[in-house]
Amino acid sequence: MDTIAAAPPARARTAAARAVVYAGAALVFLALPWVSSGYVLFLVCLCSINVVATLGLNITTGYTGLLSLSHAAFVAVGAYTTALLSNHWGASIPLCIVASAVVASLVGGIFGLPSFRLKGVYLAVATLAAQYTIIFILREGGKVTGGDSGLALTMPHLAGWALDSNARFYFVIVPVTALAIWVARNLFQTRIGRAFIAIRERDFTAEAFGIDLLRHKAVSFMLGAAYAGVAGSLLAGFMRVVTPEQFGLTESVFYLAAVVVGGAGSIAGSIVGAVFMTLVPEFLAFALNKTQGLLQFQALAVLGSVREIAFGAIIVAFLVLEPRGLIEVFRRVLARVRARAAPAGGSATCDGSTGES
Amino acid sequence: MMFLEYTLIGIAAGGIYGLVALGFVFIFLASGVFNFATGQMMMLGAYFFFAFSRLPGVGWPLAIVLAMAASIALASVVEWLVIRRLIGQPVIAAVMVTLGLGWMLQGTASLVWGQVPQQLPNILPRSPVAVGGILVPGRSLWGFAIAVVVALASVLFFRYSRTGVALRATASDQITAYSMGINVPASVRLTWIMAAIATTFAGIITGAINGLTPDLSNVAINVLAVVLLGGVNSIGGVILAGFIMGWVETMSGVYLGGKWREVIPYATVLIVLMLRPNGLFGSKPVERI
Repeated sequence: MDTIAAAPPARARTAAARAVVYAGAALVFLALPWVSSGYVLFLVCLCSINVVATLGLNITTGYTGLLSLSHAAFVAVGAYTTALLSNHWGASIPLCIVASAVVASLVGGIFGLPSFRLKGVYLAVATLAAQYTIIFILREGGKVTGGDSGLALTMPHLAGWALDSNARFYFVIVPVTALAIWVARNLFQTRIGRAFIAIRERDFTAEAFGIDLLRHKAVSFMLGAAYAGVAGSLLAGFMRVVTPEQFGLTESVFYLAAVVVGGAGSIAGSIVGAVFMTLVPEFLAFALNKTQGLLQFQALAVLGSVREIAFGAIIVAFLVLEPRGLIEVFRRVLARVRARAAPAGGSATCDGSTGES
Repeated sequence: MMFLEYTLIGIAAGGIYGLVALGFVFIFLASGVFNFATGQMMMLGAYFFFAFSRLPGVGWPLAIVLAMAASIALASVVEWLVIRRLIGQPVIAAVMVTLGLGWMLQGTASLVWGQVPQQLPNILPRSPVAVGGILVPGRSLWGFAIAVVVALASVLFFRYSRTGVALRATASDQITAYSMGINVPASVRLTWIMAAIATTFAGIITGAINGLTPDLSNVAINVLAVVLLGGVNSIGGVILAGFIMGWVETMSGVYLGGKWREVIPYATVLIVLMLRPNGLFGSKPVERI
């Protein structure tokens, strides 16, 4: 009886709390360009773009269990699509984003073909082939792709409104990211999303339950690539230059690391992982700059190597110590804080349930 | 004549691929882990050799022995600290962990030795050797010979020695192997040690032929293609695939131009895998629902 009576106010309270959180987030979103420095805004945009790309890889790898080492190449496809569209036709940014998503997902579908017959490590190496082939095509594309030096973009615009500053582009990137998060969240409430998870857990069992393996694997690959395409489109518009070098194997592993560090098979994990992995190099550069006088070395000269070691160590440490990622760490800390903060409330519900039974 | 000449050169270069591919297969056979850090193990082995050979009073034979010891020690530590803790995790975890290890080793090597190419002591004779009237570069041929000997030795070891049989038993079914009294963790560690030996050999030979930079590890990227081509559970298959890949790569370099060398191996593998998903010589794994 107690619990039934208590339920509606509790739900109302969470609804109210949720409204407050959303309002707060909206306020921060609107105010940020005016209160933050250019550097912080740049990082927010970069994190945001990486969140979109990581979400895509999490759909393919984290949720469906198809290990992909070619995610950066799909990002490249999106970026080049946007560059070509805006340079040759002056297309506005929403059109570029949609077109990039479509083209990247088609390319992803073509290169996802091997996944119809391959599994696990075999698939991973087949995606390596996709990575090399796509970057090779971009390098050898002559005037169309600009070869090794890539393409410079004309000013991106939103229906004639020039996006000529990071602050303006920020108002494109963050809403697109929010939309991408919302779509991904809802995807796993649908039949297709649930089928992805079933395939990850045991593909043959999923097939025995009537899930069309080939179709769902292809859709998962294409969806992941579409997210990569959106991220690439945003990145191209934001950086206003695209080169094959930006999308190498290292970047593919970077996204994979973001998935693992945040939490494979978790939307919130993708966000946390992408932000974390984007900020690590910045933090390293800062730390090296501070210590270079003390320890007698050139920060710039060792930055690349130190970053490699740090990325590698982070991946290894998470997989060995906490394979479910940062999101699991947060959850555990939160649970502990809650348990400590509300011992009275906890005991009250305990009493209620024992009284009823 | 050109064709024959380049065929021989290509096959000779493929010997190294076969050797490195063995490093992948050993570990995969015993523990099902696909080691993406193989290239870095190879590169680091060559750097160990470089470092020891520069010590005063250490000739190159001793330097090779010391480099082997260092590589074995490193592989054992990696297996003990990291790989053993991943037993029971999904395959993606093992793959990611070896990618991470590879990055750590790569970064460490470029931090310690820098990007400057280093010259290894000249352990392989330079003078070209005539094979049936065709001149083959001496170092490639010797590299090929060493690769074949090591590969043959390991095939015989796996097939006939008691330890080899135990390793194969571990590979086919870990739990049954346990119940037959085989020390499974020791078997897994042994495969890491064997992989360290094979890759260090390969690293030293490649480094002696092409010079040594941290980018030597990139050789392993092509070796991944070799392993898939041969079938990841077939020792003889990957060695043969190594020769095939060496030949295909050299030929595409000669007839299509150098920049195709990066892509052709993977394109070949992609086509082969579409037709035979377990590689040319691999066997299809049995799966339970």
